[in-house]
Order: sequence, then structure tokens, then C-alpha cells
Amino acid sequence: MSVPANLKYTKSHEWALLEADGTVTIGITDHAQEALGDIVFLELPDAGRTVKAGEECAVVESVKAASDIYAPIAGEVVAKNDAAIDAPESVNQDAYAAWLFKLKPANAADLGALLDASAYEKIATES
Amino acid sequence: MIQKTPLYETHVAAGAKIVDFAGWQMPINYGSQIEEHHCVRTNAGMFDVSHMLAIDLVGAESQAFLRRLLANDVAKLTVPGKALYSCMLQEDGGVIDDLIVYFFTETKYRIVVNAGTSEKDLAWMRLQAADFAVSLTPRRDLAMIAVQGPQARERFWTAFPVARSYSVTLGVFQAAEWDGWLIARTGYTGEDGFEIAIPATEAATVWQKLIEAGVKPAGLGARDTLRLEAGMNLYGQDMDETQNPLESGLSWTVDFKDANRNFIGKSALVGRQAAGSLKVFLGLLLLDKGILRAHQKVVTAHGNGETTSGSFSPTLNQSIALARLPAGVAIGDEVQVEIRDKLLKAKVVKPVFARNGKSQL
Repeated sequence: MSVPANLKYTKSHEWALLEADGTVTIGITDHAQEALGDIVFLELPDAGRTVKAGEECAVVESVKAASDIYAPIAGEVVAKNDAAIDAPESVNQDAYAAWLFKLKPANAADLGALLDASAYEKIATES
Repeated sequence: MIQKTPLYETHVAAGAKIVDFAGWQMPINYGSQIEEHHCVRTNAGMFDVSHMLAIDLVGAESQAFLRRLLANDVAKLTVPGKALYSCMLQEDGGVIDDLIVYFFTETKYRIVVNAGTSEKDLAWMRLQAADFAVSLTPRRDLAMIAVQGPQARERFWTAFPVARSYSVTLGVFQAAEWDGWLIARTGYTGEDGFEIAIPATEAATVWQKLIEAGVKPAGLGARDTLRLEAGMNLYGQDMDETQNPLESGLSWTVDFKDANRNFIGKSALVGRQAAGSLKVFLGLLLLDKGILRAHQKVVTAHGNGETTSGSFSPTLNQSIALARLPAGVAIGDEVQVEIRDKLLKAKVVKPVFARNGKSQL
């Protein structure tokens, strides 16, 4: 299980990365893709949608089951990863490269409340 | 109670992801479920199905007992080793389980039932057997392995060359006994192959020999997408005690031909037929993007129906489902399936999506 130290995490197995331009890139963790198995469909939010922290805003479907993805922080969606929609298996191949969507955060300081790598690793190991 | 098959340690050592299935610790995959699926469609894969229960039936009235117990008619079995698929029904026509029965003589049969229903099945069989001179013996001392795929039989014979002469002439749905094994040309994938029942003590060795012959282990995940593509029902999902076989795509397994045969559930099914407007059980092919799952609402011109099984089809690279739909819905109709508050377009198709390595649509 890979848990990069430079990312922030949620208990619901999303990762978030604050980019240099102030946007936040969001995906699912390696642990999550492993648990889901072969991913075959992604439903991602359109640019312009405003989301609250913890709001259901995407769906990742594996052969086995559908899984809701939650916004780690509040903000406005500025992009979704069309390449991942066309090749959902890329999330299995590298969950940290195959991001799902990008947010312009309502308040960048909200990221501080998310889990760091060691705290997430503890949760993922126990789940 | 958590149960493990004789191959549990073998699966764990192979890195399988283990899940609970009807109280059994079973491998769902050994890496990629989709790769395992393709391997069975194009080459040869194997499944540990030792969680299923073989029950041996012997006694002077074995045939009469099964003709009462089962909706299909075992009287049509006359060649030793021949197998028959049947439902076992309640008096009201609800399905207690679906099973395979193997004929050896009119006083000796083997019945193979589902894992999750095995205790319930045995209790029901024993209750019904009270009036017949028969005895039922559950065989938890056996392991069962399904070797499936276009190369399955050849690879099995590579692993066990001596078995070839005993099993090379077996037709579909026929079995032969060999050195304490039962080799049956049956399966649950829509591919050729064998299901073998062997002493549990030999399971790990046999599994290893099959791996050396080029057979790849496959988990319950691939087993589910393979059977769904093949249009085979899963008990507990596509039918159960609240559904009858006539509205579950299983009319072909209910044998009414002998008017003198009074099988359990017969009068209820006759009544249901007379009442008319039987629901139809058909396939769905999703035309929009998304994944069909069990228990989604299907909106048709004749009223609403429901998906009973749904998944992504690795062979078709599209989503498919089995569905119970109102009378009047026909193959070729376009319907809508409700997925997360959206109505997506689907086409009604015959419930056989892929078999023998290719699409059947």
C-alpha cells in the first residue's frame, strides 16, 4: 500500500493535493483502488459545480460495486479528468497519477484539517 | 460459524483476496478479476467450489423420491453419469434451491447444492425423505474444483493423463467415476470444462498439478461475471423462495410432461400459469454509460420491472443485467433503468450474452 507523504487524506479514502496555482487535485487512494478491484466506470462532477465538504460528488464503479466519492473540502469544481473517464483502469494502475477532479477551495486553510500520511496509513491498515 | 475449504491455505499462499461468502472464507480474486474472467473465456481457469455440498442419495426408492422432490424429472436420466439441472420448490412454487443431480442407477444419485442453502436443503430433503426408502449422506469429505475454458479439458488431461480415457468421451452434462473421483463435464461459466469432486485430502495436490499444466486460479468475482454473461441464474439473487421458476427464466427446467407425476410445487405452478400475465425474465444491455446492478428499477411500456443481477461484462466491454419484467416486454424493446436518480437507456436481449469465448448478441 502506497501512501505518499506529500498528500492529505480523508477517512473515506480520498487524497488531496494543493497545487501551486491554488487549486486542489483529488483522487482515491491506492488502498481504495485495491479494495474496489478492477475499476470500470467513473462518474465525475462537471466544472462549475459547488460542493460542500463531505458532499457526495463522484462515483467510482468496479466490477464488484459502486462506491461514492466525497469532496474532502468545500469549493468549486474546476476540472474533471476526462482521460481517466476514458480509461478507468488507470486508477488501478496508479491511483495517485489518475486524479478524478480539481477544486478551487472555498478556503485553502480547510486542507489543514485533513489527515496526514501517517494518520491515514493507520486508518487504512485497520480497515 | 466461519468455514474454510480444504484449499483455503493454498489460496492465501497464492495472494488471494479472501472474502466471506455465505459463511465461507473464499477467494474473490488473485489479482485482477477481469484477467481471470478473460483467462476462462480464452484459455483455462479453475475455481475452488468446495463450499458447495455434494449429497449422496441411495435406496430402493431414490428415483421416486427425486421425482417428488424436484421440478425437473429424473426419469429422463437413463445413462449412468448423466446430470440434470433442477429447482427444488416449496409447495407454493417458491425456489428453495437450484441444484445438479447426477444419475448412477435408479437407486444411487448424487445431488450438488449451493453453499449458502446447504443446511436448509438437507433439512428439507430429510423431511421429504421420511416417506421413502432412501438415505441421504452429505459429503463434506470431498473437495470440488471447476476447471473451465476452451483449453480446460486438454490441460486437465495434461495434469492427469490416466484420466483421459475415462473422460474423453463424456458428453455435455455427463460424468464418470475414476479412482474415487467424479469427473463431470459441467460448469457455471458458459465454457467447456470439467467439475471434479475429489477427496479433500487430495485437493491441494490436484490444484498444484493443474497449475503446473497451465490452469490459472480464478476467484468468485470472475465466476459471477462469467455466469452472468452465460445467462445462468444465481440462487438468492435471480430467484429465491419468493419467486417461482416460471418467472425466473427457468421454465425449461420444470417438467410437466408426466401427468401422473406430482412434484412439490406443481399445483402452485399450474395455478400461476392459469392466472396468466407471467413476468418475463430477460437480459438487458445498457446503451448509455454506467453499470447495471441488482435491484435497479426498470421502466418499460408495460410497467416497472427490476434487475436481479447486473455487472460490467468484460467480454462485451459494456454493462449487462438479468431482469424480471412485466408481461408484454419483448426482446428488442428499449427500456430505461434508474441508476442514481437518472434514467439510462437499455435494450432488452435474450439472457445469454457471451459463451464459448465470444459474444452471443
